[in-house]
Amino acid sequence: MTPVEPAAPPEPATPDDLAAALDRVGYLPDDGVATAAFLALRMRRPLFCEGEPGTGKTSLAAALATALGLPLLRLQCHEGIDATQALYDWDFPRQLLHLRALEAAGAVDAEAAEASLHTRRFLLARPLLQALERAPCVLLVDEVDRADDEFEALLLEVLSENAVTIPELGRIAADTPPLVVLTSNRTRDVHDALKRRCLYHWLEHPDLTREVAILRRALPDVTERLATRVATAVRALRDLDLLKPPGVAESLDWARALLALGRTDLDTATAAATLGAVLKYREDTRRALASGVLDRVAGSAVAG
Amino acid sequence: MSGADAPTALVGFAHALRHAGVACGPDRVRAFTAALDHLDVARAADVYWAGRVTLCAEPDDLPRYDAAFAAWFGGGDRLPASRPRARTRTASHLAALGGGEGRGGRAPALRVAASDVETLRRKDIAAMSPAEREHLRRLVAELRPVPPRRRAVRARPARRGAVDPDRVLRRMVATREAVPAYRRRTTRPRRVVLLVDVSGSMKPYADALLRFAHVVARAMPVEVCTLGTRLTRVTRQLRHRDPGLALAAAARAVPDADGGTRLGETLKAFLDRWGQRGAARGAVVVLCSDGWERGDTALLAEQAARLARLAHRVLWVNPHAGHDGYRPVQSGIAAALPHLDRLLAGHSLDTLHALLEEVRRA
Repeated sequence: MTPVEPAAPPEPATPDDLAAALDRVGYLPDDGVATAAFLALRMRRPLFCEGEPGTGKTSLAAALATALGLPLLRLQCHEGIDATQALYDWDFPRQLLHLRALEAAGAVDAEAAEASLHTRRFLLARPLLQALERAPCVLLVDEVDRADDEFEALLLEVLSENAVTIPELGRIAADTPPLVVLTSNRTRDVHDALKRRCLYHWLEHPDLTREVAILRRALPDVTERLATRVATAVRALRDLDLLKPPGVAESLDWARALLALGRTDLDTATAAATLGAVLKYREDTRRALASGVLDRVAGSAVAG
Repeated sequence: MSGADAPTALVGFAHALRHAGVACGPDRVRAFTAALDHLDVARAADVYWAGRVTLCAEPDDLPRYDAAFAAWFGGGDRLPASRPRARTRTASHLAALGGGEGRGGRAPALRVAASDVETLRRKDIAAMSPAEREHLRRLVAELRPVPPRRRAVRARPARRGAVDPDRVLRRMVATREAVPAYRRRTTRPRRVVLLVDVSGSMKPYADALLRFAHVVARAMPVEVCTLGTRLTRVTRQLRHRDPGLALAAAARAVPDADGGTRLGETLKAFLDRWGQRGAARGAVVVLCSDGWERGDTALLAEQAARLARLAHRVLWVNPHAGHDGYRPVQSGIAAALPHLDRLLAGHSLDTLHALLEEVRRA
């Protein structure tokens, strides 16, 4: 497993450089994101990202990997995640087969047979260990708030030491620490000990011009006019006090849906018919339709 | 800001920030100065962002940070003003709630006879003398809550249960024999959410309920918010080990103690910002309020229904529910009643005990 890695571009010298590099790979950062990511890179500290769903926390890690020419490793956290899923595990079936093979070959030295079981070839590297072995790379620890607090202690050890100690094998350390991006949706508070080691960044929804730019960048077929309509409508929906305000991912879905229908502008009837791409609760749909936001936004579309 | 003054100015800023309620310790300040080594100190935006990513730890910190930054460095017009809803800090109302006089000159009796404790346990908190309140505080601090439990995903080796393939294989590697091994799923503490009404009509009970919340928060995973004219999350503040410090910190954070209640709006704020994302999911939610709603009861009913769909159990604790002849006719409670699992009394230490038992069994 030795992928041919492209020559990494030089490390950005200022936040603006990094912003330009991210821009080139299709991620349009604001000043805050660029500065936070730049500092994470320079200070070799993990970046802890929080924000409303759909503000681009996870895609930031992917964009950083592409922009910096580094491989991306992703660890999705969930309840009950433990070291065998995050760090490493022994490959028991293969160890067993190996043992049977030794028996069949008539090997008699029990000690040697046992020692041969705990070697690197039987070790399954999970994302954290992979990140240490493959560094420099970008490690995304996604939705860390879903994991239990015991897992945070494990993470703490890996992030502060940039090394793992495997009792049977010894210490595996990274030469250059990976660039770590942690994301959280704030379903619970992550422990201060973990946050203290990180830079903290709260992501906001993009402003109108940035959102239009994001839409146009991601979907080249979308006209300026349609992108502006969609972004304006989504912003109006965000102000409506909904159960789940739409994020950028929903704007993109909406624009895609309208493209699929061959629309170049947003009219009230189409907007109402495609609302399912943006709003995922019945209460929200009802509120949006009752508020007349669609009429306002799409109505101005006809006039303008 | 230039030359030799820079570090002093930065440390001074961090100090001001701590005063404004952002918990930035020395290591965060060090990270702040280290971050500025990589940036242009002369650019206000660079200083702003360097400080924000190193000194803040949660969204509640951001408005405080913005205010402190504007006050300290001035000229905030070039800065990306992040959140309009800057929250100002107000003096500690809560410390004065529920008769803080007991801490003053009048020292309470050191030992109280057992019978007195018995009386105190049943006595309405609102009718207590300052000395009795002081005693009550100690009794509340001695409560030992036991968390409710839920089934976890993780499994542990057990004598009976489902076959554990990992351990069977491990044993086969070790002994080359297939010996069955079993595992069973473990349990974990279930999250508890306490929503405490701190409006004027709840004034006699607010101090005791927050102390109760503090004790509970020390024993299990808990989210605590206060409800008034607005929602304030005090989970972090109540994390202090010492009840006095915790309550003082909570009082500093709550700007609206002693005002009116808009239960529907604040409950909605809780569900929008915390509940729906996970804080209320599968949790035991305890709402402490007398149910006097000054806002729209239709909104409260809607939010209570939403809460009921998210939570495992919803308990409403009402100090008046223990009084003779109480009927749930207050506008708020009448609206929410169809969505509650239990309506409990909460006017005395005994009823708080009963509440703990109810939470444990939930």
